[in-house]
Amino acid sequence: MTRAFEPASANSAVAHAGRPRRRRPDWLRHLMADRLGMFGLVLVALVVIGAVFADVLTSYDPIRMSPRDRFAAPGLDHLMGTDNLGRDLFTRVLHGGRIALTVAMAATAASLALGVSLGLVAGYGPRWLDNALILLFDALRSFPTVMLALALVTLIGPSLAAVILVVVLSGAPSYGRIVRTQVISLKRAEFVLAERSMGAGTARILFVHLLPNVIGPILILASMDIPVVITIEAGMSFLGLGVPPPTPSWGNILNDGFSFIRESIWPVIAGGVPIIVATLGFTFLGEALRDTFDPRIRKDM
Amino acid sequence: MLVYTVKRLGLSVAIILVATAVLFVMVFAIPGDPVSVALGPRASPSVVEAFRERMGLDQPLPIQMLRFYGNLLTGNLGHDVLSGRSVATMVLEQLPYSLTLIAGAMVWSVALGVPLGCYAAMRRGSAVDSIVGVLSVGTIAIPSFVVAIYLLLIFAIGLGWLPAIGAGRSGEFGDQLVHLILPSLAVGLGWVGYLARMVRSTMLEVMGESHIRMAHAFGLPPRLVIFKYALRIAILPTLTLLGLGIGQMLSGTVFAEIVFARPGVGQLVYDAVSVRNYPVVTGAVLVTTAFYVLATLAADLLVASLDPRIRTSLRQ
Amino acid sequence: MASGPILEIDGLSVGYATMRGPMRALRDVSMTVPRGGMVGIVGESGCGKSTLMNAILGLMPANGRIAGGRILFDGRDLVGLDAATMRRLRGDRLSVVFQDPMTALNPVHTIGAQMVDIQYRLTGSRAAKRARAAAMLAKVRMPDPRHHLDQYAHEFSGGMRQRICIAMALMAEPDLLICDEPTTALDATLEVQMLDLLRDLQREIGCAVIFISHHLGLIAELCAQVVVMYAGQVVERGSVRDIFHRPAHPYTRRLLDCDPARIRERAEVLPTIPGDVPDLVELPPGCIFSPRCPVAEGRCHTTVPPDVAVADGHHARCLLARPGEGAA
Repeated sequence: MTRAFEPASANSAVAHAGRPRRRRPDWLRHLMADRLGMFGLVLVALVVIGAVFADVLTSYDPIRMSPRDRFAAPGLDHLMGTDNLGRDLFTRVLHGGRIALTVAMAATAASLALGVSLGLVAGYGPRWLDNALILLFDALRSFPTVMLALALVTLIGPSLAAVILVVVLSGAPSYGRIVRTQVISLKRAEFVLAERSMGAGTARILFVHLLPNVIGPILILASMDIPVVITIEAGMSFLGLGVPPPTPSWGNILNDGFSFIRESIWPVIAGGVPIIVATLGFTFLGEALRDTFDPRIRKDM
Repeated sequence: MLVYTVKRLGLSVAIILVATAVLFVMVFAIPGDPVSVALGPRASPSVVEAFRERMGLDQPLPIQMLRFYGNLLTGNLGHDVLSGRSVATMVLEQLPYSLTLIAGAMVWSVALGVPLGCYAAMRRGSAVDSIVGVLSVGTIAIPSFVVAIYLLLIFAIGLGWLPAIGAGRSGEFGDQLVHLILPSLAVGLGWVGYLARMVRSTMLEVMGESHIRMAHAFGLPPRLVIFKYALRIAILPTLTLLGLGIGQMLSGTVFAEIVFARPGVGQLVYDAVSVRNYPVVTGAVLVTTAFYVLATLAADLLVASLDPRIRTSLRQ
Repeated sequence: MASGPILEIDGLSVGYATMRGPMRALRDVSMTVPRGGMVGIVGESGCGKSTLMNAILGLMPANGRIAGGRILFDGRDLVGLDAATMRRLRGDRLSVVFQDPMTALNPVHTIGAQMVDIQYRLTGSRAAKRARAAAMLAKVRMPDPRHHLDQYAHEFSGGMRQRICIAMALMAEPDLLICDEPTTALDATLEVQMLDLLRDLQREIGCAVIFISHHLGLIAELCAQVVVMYAGQVVERGSVRDIFHRPAHPYTRRLLDCDPARIRERAEVLPTIPGDVPDLVELPPGCIFSPRCPVAEGRCHTTVPPDVAVADGHHARCLLARPGEGAA
């Protein structure tokens, strides 16, 4: 990200030299100073609050149809209007946020767990296993995500599980590769060799010594993948491959709205805007977090 | 260079083979018999048996897999469950539409992304730089299907400037081009952001290198320094990124083809999914995956041939 | 053509904008380079040598600004000159050889292409320009120059690359060549060769040379005049003889002490002088060297010393220096 004022590094070194500061306020101030990051935080807060307090914020049922009210324009009764079945879009959007956030968290956690474990095994295990896993990672990463989703859904049918499976299969290999590279560079580090010479078991070395050292950057990367997961869920639901209707997911709202796009534009707007808000919010926040905690991670990808 | 090419090619083939195996195992490991997937639960036993035999499903799994690979070598991707047509033919019929869409998306992303990134790097810290920065993150983050729907809503339905659906009448280049504008922008917009970011950061890196300082110290015209001395270096990682980008653009084309009702591999697969026509799905997935692997290979080889440093290190 | 010195710097001050406020990187710097003369600039890293070079070349970073003074190049003030005019001087009448030859050449264009590009001012065919480039490579004693024109920078060793850089810098037969520690990145044998080469070429072309180094011995070998810089100021300047035999500033004396073999021995970094280089954002009152000065008196900490002529052409910025006597 660009900041308004970036002095030459030599000068900033001079500038920081005289004033040692405590660690915590430093990162907090850095984070707060990132205006785009704070904007992202506001967007994320909107989505989270909407999802958590969905039942309090609206009195409508997200699923019950009311055909007489179909295609109502936004107004006091229906903040975002209604869809083709007369359901209140605002209510569906808030409940859709629950699906999006749940999937984002569950799927990210699952692909982190799988990716990190496989990465540890690849990095610490024998050479042939490493080669085999790397080849597997690369093969999995070479499926275009949507194609993988289409193939999986053909076999197991559209469901929340299918969405999570697609996220795991497309996300875990990236984590695996990074963890594996870090483990390989760490396993010859002195503190690991010392521990091993004192008779520490493989499990101890992996989970007590290696894992804590690789998990930080991986968590930041995972936080930056949240908008990608939200996109996969919404995209699959939009194609009818994800959460089956009538469950309110942003992708479903968009799908319903798209079918009737010539009759009313409000359902499409209600479905698309929260996706934009959530992906932008999590992206801006994630980038700010990365810049604060680990400026070394490549910014481009 | 030759050794590198052969090695890199070997790796690509290995990746494609493993990807094929993954897909194959997926089809058979996932609960649910592919036959009932294809024919539905109410098919009569004799139909099921005939189908099994025709698809070779009565053989043990390893044999099936070997036969599958053998068929692959001869370009046989299996047959459509419903029409019995060759999947390879069906995919190859649709592939040009998708490739045109990807080419259009690349044109958008290169034509907008490279100059924007270059300009932002030249005006580092300016308002334009900040705007380009925010816009590129924004376009990367917003999913392409949302972009596609809103482009359709605004430019086709709202303003009526551009056609909403189809690929244009065959044989009429102008009509096809007009039909390409919105879908290709939807697929390429995110890549405008990626390229702008990439070009900006590599340009800044290169512009800070001492050979650029030396070029300025010799009084070379700034235009020459930027375009011949700096951009030529900064464009190399961008090429690699574009190679990887083809994979994501392939995903994007599925959405664009469905939103804009265009023919293409995405549309083909989408239609096949709804009737659970799994040979078409797996065949198309394999073709697109192989295409993606080969595209990254091509990008790597192109970079290697354009960068004299890599060329020399490969010669030794 | 004017007959005065080729370069005369008069009261030059340069500042950088930093987060803590303006950093006064150069303060009241004055020096003279005679036509065809060789002047050495010596000082620790961070003393302002590079800033001075960038100011002369008009290559200041975005946060740098010339706050005052004049840089007279062949009688014309370079301060405030517009970018296009400045660019026309660079590489033509003013040229430079940078410190690190490993990174100074463009990696994706051949040496020949780069040497043709820097002749963009000349008319003539590409072949003629290539012939000139090859002739120049021959002058810096590169064997088989025609063949080398089609090679890339990474195919050469460090010493060869520095020869190429020198060839490029002298291509237009400039009036003034600035060498920014051109041998620091090379090993000792190559360093001697490079000095011989520079001296011979300087005689042949007749250009003036500013030789920047942190190594007094090298400067003594090559130059007639020495400028000693410390913390953004010229603390002493004079002939090599004056500086070596009658140093008037305590800092120069410390430099000489730290460089016992003076000419033969080679030090990567100057052996330490106790204390730190001062903060150039919040300057101490009095003499800038006083906190580290072994002979400082009370007034040194409160009074800024003026530039005193201790002898004809020998100046020192020290309250303890007296005209007529070298060692205070």
